[in-house]
Amino acid sequence: MDWIVPFILTVITASTPLLLAASGELVTEKSGVLNLGVEGMMLVGAIAGFAVTATTGSAVLGIVGAMCAGVLMSLIFAFLTLTLMANQVATGLALTIFGVGFSALVGSGFVGFAIQPLPSLSIPGLSSIPVLGPILFGQDFLVYLSFAIVVGIGYFLTKTRAGLILKAVGDSHHSANAIGYSVIKIRYLATMFGGAMSGLAGAYLSLSYTPMWAENMTAGRGWIALALVVFATWRPGRLLAGAYMFGLISVMQLHAQGAGIHVPSQFMSMLPYLATVIVLVIISSDRAKIRLNAPACIGQAFRATQ
Amino acid sequence: MNASFVKRTLAAVAAVGALASGMGAAHAEDAKVGFVYVGPIGDHGWSYRHDIGRQAIEKEFGDAVSTSYVESVPEGADAERVIRQMAQTGHNLIFTTSFGFMNPTEKVAKQFPNVKFEHATGYKRADNISTYAARFYEGRYVAGVIAGKMTKSNIIGYVGSFPIPEVVRGINSFMRGAWSVNPDVKVKIVWANTWYDPGKEGDAAKALIDQGADIMVQHTDSPAPLQVAENRGVLGIGQASDMIKFAPKAQLTAIVDHWDEYYVARTKAVMDGTWESTDTWGGIASGMVDMAPYTNMPDDVKALAEETEAKIASGEIHPFGGPIYDQAGELRVKEGEDAPDEMLLGMDWYVKGIDAELPK
Repeated sequence: MDWIVPFILTVITASTPLLLAASGELVTEKSGVLNLGVEGMMLVGAIAGFAVTATTGSAVLGIVGAMCAGVLMSLIFAFLTLTLMANQVATGLALTIFGVGFSALVGSGFVGFAIQPLPSLSIPGLSSIPVLGPILFGQDFLVYLSFAIVVGIGYFLTKTRAGLILKAVGDSHHSANAIGYSVIKIRYLATMFGGAMSGLAGAYLSLSYTPMWAENMTAGRGWIALALVVFATWRPGRLLAGAYMFGLISVMQLHAQGAGIHVPSQFMSMLPYLATVIVLVIISSDRAKIRLNAPACIGQAFRATQ
Repeated sequence: MNASFVKRTLAAVAAVGALASGMGAAHAEDAKVGFVYVGPIGDHGWSYRHDIGRQAIEKEFGDAVSTSYVESVPEGADAERVIRQMAQTGHNLIFTTSFGFMNPTEKVAKQFPNVKFEHATGYKRADNISTYAARFYEGRYVAGVIAGKMTKSNIIGYVGSFPIPEVVRGINSFMRGAWSVNPDVKVKIVWANTWYDPGKEGDAAKALIDQGADIMVQHTDSPAPLQVAENRGVLGIGQASDMIKFAPKAQLTAIVDHWDEYYVARTKAVMDGTWESTDTWGGIASGMVDMAPYTNMPDDVKALAEETEAKIASGEIHPFGGPIYDQAGELRVKEGEDAPDEMLLGMDWYVKGIDAELPK
């Protein structure tokens, strides 16, 4: 059973970037904005985080830089879709394509650089408890942050006035506008939060998961994060479960291969996606439930009527 | 990924435009050499090494030769457009450096009989198409010898991309090298089903190390598996280019693609008018396969690695010298014979002793 602890550690690192990016997108979508540019924002965050860390030697500055870069990317999106009212789907796709190319351009000077990975927490005594020690007290701080953020978002959306306003804007922007809330301002803020979280997810990839910069290193994780939000029917708790289930299956298939379990590896690679589709079908069969959670105005442009 | 496909398409279209606009500025040279790359030159692997070869041409001939390249060209209709554009803009030697460029190269070559084409890793030749590839499996044999000496757990972790002959041949060759010095070595193989996904390659490496592997070998393109080896305190072998920067304490050596001499020689042949259609499959002896410096190992292992490398170069050792049995126990190569190239090129079976099932 020696493999159990490292196995769980690998699952945690595989799940964290998905969880970070998806939790940001969840808030963005709850405000009624569908930003398909997650992959592009993650990549720009990844190179920004890596470049700043490699130049300054400070991972903290790198993480801040990655979040700022993500916010800037999301501001491009927000300006086009919220101010100029461009189509959100098309703009989001364009943002991803832009992010892929832009990060490669900026990153061309950083290929082959090596940096120190993010340090893991180490609490004397606690971190050396068998099994639970390394899992609970031996992660880098972004892992703890990702959990805190999910809990925070859950609290924010259900228990705070600001969260309820955000949901109101996402569910009926005309009503929210009529009673005096600034729909555009709130959506800007929600989109920026999504950008910051995507940037953070990118930084996790380039600073902790695989501490290096390589072109297109997100390899589709931004799209998985987008799918996870729907998979979780816009609920933070389910998002956490979904991200970890996804991480678990993808790592499990690699372990099964190494252990010589004779299942076709192509089938194993497909499993996480298959699981997503199956769960989507199960969840969607309860139409009332999905309608309760899905933001009614998602993807719709808003123009104040007066 | 959809997005990356679109990006590559856009990049290719933009590159074709750039090439066309540069056409007017062309002046008379002895040779104008074009390169078509499948990936970005910043991949620190396959395309990067081809571009190093292109730079070697520039260094060698200076102003007498001009070179140009188009990177991130998708293997499809765009490839044909890019290659045709190159042929139309006065290039007289064009290197197409991915297996998937085979048919586009053949098609364009028919229309431009005076332009010389060089296609990497393919098998379709014509009067104006040469093919070339490298015997990377020779490097893998040397790496296997080192791993056989250095492993303590006797378990090798091998991250594969796809079960194609190139990769299967590499696994077989590596293990034959390892068994030549340590018959107890076992290999665990994980197929990532991708050439390039640093996160997934790294996770595969972690899974293998968790299951006892203490030497990481990879046939995927990113340095992630080696980096994981470094962090977990085990050893590893680099791929395509020297990856020592990513794993200063873990990299034993790396199997490096080295096209410089071949590219220079072929350019010279065009300049001298001696170019002929050939089929080159070069190994350590030709310099196409290079070993990165032997590091993180005791002197006797280093000496053995150097000796093995020299013996492969001289032909004294053939990584696939008989007798060779497959997993079913069938004799594939008789004692005293070497596996013929056709067998190596189509290798879709593991040698006896590999305890894994080849995905079909």
